[in-house]
Amino acid sequence: MSNDGGSDVAPGREEAGYEDSTAPSGGFRKGSFGVSGSGDTSGFGGLVRVEPGGAVALHSTERPYGGWFDEVTDALIDAVGQAVYDDAVQRVLVDRGEITYFVGREHLLQLVQALRDDEALRFELCSSVSGVDYLDSGGPAVDPGRPRLHVVYHLTSMTYRRRIRLEVAVTAEDPHVPSVARIYPTADWHERETFDMFGIVFDGHPGLTRILMPDDWDGHPQRKDYPLGGIPVEYHDATIPPPDTRRAYR
Amino acid sequence: MTTTYDPYAGSRETTEGRVYTVTGGDWDTALGADPHADERLVVNMGPQHPSTHGVLRLVLDLEGETVTKARVVIGYLHTGIEKNTEYRNWVQGTTFVTRMDYLAPLFNEAGYCMAVEKLLGIEVPQRAQTIRVLVMEINRIASHLVGLATGGMELGALTAMTNGFREREMCLDLLEEITGLRMNHAYIRPGGLAQDLPEGAVEHIREFLEVMPKRVADFHRLLTGQPIWQRRLKDVGYLDVTGCLALGVTGPILRSAGLPWDMRKVEPYLGYETYDFEVPTSDTCDAWGRYLVRMAEVNESLKLIAQALDRLEPGPVMVSDRKIAWPAQLSLGPDGMGNSAEHVAHIMGQSMEALIHHFKLVTEGFRVPAGQVYVPIESPRGELGYHVVSDGSTRPWRVHVRDPSFVNLQATAAMSEGSMLADVIAAIASIDPVMGGVDR
Repeated sequence: MSNDGGSDVAPGREEAGYEDSTAPSGGFRKGSFGVSGSGDTSGFGGLVRVEPGGAVALHSTERPYGGWFDEVTDALIDAVGQAVYDDAVQRVLVDRGEITYFVGREHLLQLVQALRDDEALRFELCSSVSGVDYLDSGGPAVDPGRPRLHVVYHLTSMTYRRRIRLEVAVTAEDPHVPSVARIYPTADWHERETFDMFGIVFDGHPGLTRILMPDDWDGHPQRKDYPLGGIPVEYHDATIPPPDTRRAYR
Repeated sequence: MTTTYDPYAGSRETTEGRVYTVTGGDWDTALGADPHADERLVVNMGPQHPSTHGVLRLVLDLEGETVTKARVVIGYLHTGIEKNTEYRNWVQGTTFVTRMDYLAPLFNEAGYCMAVEKLLGIEVPQRAQTIRVLVMEINRIASHLVGLATGGMELGALTAMTNGFREREMCLDLLEEITGLRMNHAYIRPGGLAQDLPEGAVEHIREFLEVMPKRVADFHRLLTGQPIWQRRLKDVGYLDVTGCLALGVTGPILRSAGLPWDMRKVEPYLGYETYDFEVPTSDTCDAWGRYLVRMAEVNESLKLIAQALDRLEPGPVMVSDRKIAWPAQLSLGPDGMGNSAEHVAHIMGQSMEALIHHFKLVTEGFRVPAGQVYVPIESPRGELGYHVVSDGSTRPWRVHVRDPSFVNLQATAAMSEGSMLADVIAAIASIDPVMGGVDR
């Protein structure tokens, strides 16, 4: 494994004077109830935590990947062409027996179509589409333009009994990803949920509306900068304040 | 005051004053071109409705009794479980995920724990794996029986309901004896199990294995040959393999379309490849086939339980790594289930290091190396997938659950548009969605 650094993170760190990857120089994340001070309820790295620099998302694996991972990658290159593959797939990560392709959104539909239809790939089933917000996981100093929102696709080949993962990263300012609902109709609700929870807009989706939260809800609850709790509860003629403003939590 | 004549609001004098009766304006003439205008009806069904299998809302366009459009509205049971797990440590996550699909709590726990174990790179002891299979298969029977019971109730077969819940109670009694709770067990933990099987559990499961096949046969006598039951289910809720794959439908629905796709066979986990069992299928693609598949799966689960009992060897039920394993064993005290008295005496009276260890592990929890995994298992409703991301800390960075009910419910429109209103109920009952899992 090598750490390729990721061009999307490094400039932001330098600008902010980021020097030592172990120094917790800010960029921490607060937990629930709007705590002040350390907010640590456990005494051991509790609700406030400094994220390890890029530990989650910034490694990549060099070929050969091993096992059927190379077969699938070769078949994918055959299906879309080397030029498109090089352009579309930013990096590949093999970890814990699973393979992840990090894909640019421009080529997502072309890749997914090939993955579904090509004889040697045959990923018939889209098991899951969901989001992950990597806010602050790139290191203490975070470039606001860094693509923090990841859309994760889990595809299953029933023919070959294989599973792969595609990941598309976008920024919170431009959270647009093409919808795969035309290729996999099952992605309809998955994409609606990802929109609902993360605010990622799936262009071309037949009806991108909220699915779990009420239609008039503000914000996208699964984003990391959206607090847990803190929503005032309304009853007839009375409002229950959010937890962090109740006296017991002060 | 002058009064002008309004053709759409006739008025009359009453003791309360003048009352206007406002009629439909000129809408009658505007819609005159549509011959079915007076037959089209939009019906809102639910979310509080006894036949929608939970807090599910359906918006149905009807022409007469024919459904032309079926829209499904969900979210009434959304509780933010996925978000909550990000604020709790890895062990506490078990208690959240078990509440999602509340008819299959042990599958949620197993899927979550297997994902955490994959991230940790550990393997749980053999006895824990066998007991996991054992309790999950008991849970599968309970879940299928509830699916049958509530489905029967929605179709008016109330004996199916009373009998289904009665037999399910036997499963819940067993699970209560083993885990301490009827539902939401939090019994399967990262690294193994909360505790070993209690004394007498094996005997009680064997008694259950004696009784249950007779009860399954009773269901066949009660329902399978019954003309009303057959006519309510046959050719209802049709969905073939192509439709299933396009809509991502898995589980008994996919198997009722003839594809023997079962995670326990195609991607075995917990040693399922070493058990002898069949994957029942049907080729009818309808609610009838799903009923038969579920009933056959109950029998297969009984076979699996018997085999799991036979291969139970004494041994630990938790990994030996003290950095992961919960420091205390639970035991039954005079005031209920709690930490064993020996353990409390040890940490409070004998060893300060043990106390520190206990405190750190219980309050802070263990760290999980950064990375992400996707672990699919076969729940009673299909592929239950856990996508778990760790950033290397003591809490999950993200837990996303691919709940089979959520995905399968998308098939409602495909199954019921063009059918009769009463068949929508049968179609949804054959999907057997659990709204706790759909909305999470």
